[in-house]
Amino acid sequence: MILQILAAMVGTVAFSLLFGVPRKYYPYCGLIGGAGWLVYSLAVRYFEPEAAALLATIVIMLLSRAAAVWQRCPATIFMISGIFPLVPGAGIYWTSYYIVTDQLTLALHTGYEAVKTAVAIVLGIVFVFEIPQQVFRGLERKEAGE
Amino acid sequence: MQKPRGRDAGKHEASKKNGHDFREEKENREKEVMETALLAGHILLENGAEISRVEETFDRICRHYGVESGNAFVLSNGIFITAGSEREGYFAKVQHIPVSGTHLNRVAAVNQLSREMEEGRYTIGQLKQALESIKAMPEKKKSTRILASGVGSAAFCCLFGGDAWDMAAALFAGLILYGYVLFISGPHLSRIVGNIGGGALVTFLCTFCYLFGFGHHLNFMIIGSIMPLVPGVAFTNGIRDIADGDYISGSVRMLDALLVFFCIAIGVGMAFSLLKGLMGGIPL
Repeated sequence: MILQILAAMVGTVAFSLLFGVPRKYYPYCGLIGGAGWLVYSLAVRYFEPEAAALLATIVIMLLSRAAAVWQRCPATIFMISGIFPLVPGAGIYWTSYYIVTDQLTLALHTGYEAVKTAVAIVLGIVFVFEIPQQVFRGLERKEAGE
Repeated sequence: MQKPRGRDAGKHEASKKNGHDFREEKENREKEVMETALLAGHILLENGAEISRVEETFDRICRHYGVESGNAFVLSNGIFITAGSEREGYFAKVQHIPVSGTHLNRVAAVNQLSREMEEGRYTIGQLKQALESIKAMPEKKKSTRILASGVGSAAFCCLFGGDAWDMAAALFAGLILYGYVLFISGPHLSRIVGNIGGGALVTFLCTFCYLFGFGHHLNFMIIGSIMPLVPGVAFTNGIRDIADGDYISGSVRMLDALLVFFCIAIGVGMAFSLLKGLMGGIPL
């Protein structure tokens, strides 16, 4: 699992480079991506994969917003690359694989799961963005005061 | 053509030479503020910022430099701005901004600039210059991006369960895929054809690697290598726009993301069925 989390971190940093994230934010992107996958892989043992994706998205979004306030930059920078490990890329693959191999039941099943995961990610993002900015401002002051 | 003539006539009636100069100067200044705010919005929108950030930055710049009536309407591919009231001159401009690559460093730079502006560190001329230099900020080198795509593919291959050989194959496929994105798909192909081609390319590359005994799990190799195509930015920004209530732009971006998702799947599927036809079965 440690290897997987490392892979998530490396992958996140590589993708943040593709989107032109400034170099000084790479460590944050990597940590947020790794944290997201850690939460996902822990949660998936106890919950449905979709619920795990929801939890992981919420953690990624909270960390991204905190990092954004702390570093005084847009949260988009951290969340876009952090969310990548959760995006159902595998779902796309399996769905089209099963369709081509005439396993329609399985194709429907995986396609449905991919959609559910996407909805979970959407909900996670929306929920965390409802939290007012002031909550995170308080955090910033504490960090700056220390 | 009609409007400026009417405005000039009004001026001659209303004021003497001094007042006229003053008003003209004020109008020029307002125009410069609007142009600068539009430039800031243009950079943000073009490089992957969400709609509400574009509007907010525009408003901030207008208010900071005293243009009270500045107004912006922002869509995912265009900005419409107007200004004008009894006290301020009329100004309107529409700018079409085609979807292009994401450069979050420019978004971060404009954001930083707008903070510094609020602290009063820039005159309008300096702000415009600073924005021009942000617009000209260099992209990451193509070789660096290709390398990043390869490394990312390998990392995601590992994340989904691939072993070291699979990762090596995914690295190779990811490198070639991004070369294709940068030199063929990006400049010459539409999003639909480009992504179908990308999905198919990855599938072919990985299958050949697999057939030659290079890599052991075809699935994980392909899943890792299609990740650079996955439209994470459009997806995330679309959700944020919809959450902010910018439904039009949000749905356009979501549609874009869904389209790309489908196209990748179709590309992979087409390559598979071709291979199936050629070899009498998918080699798994």
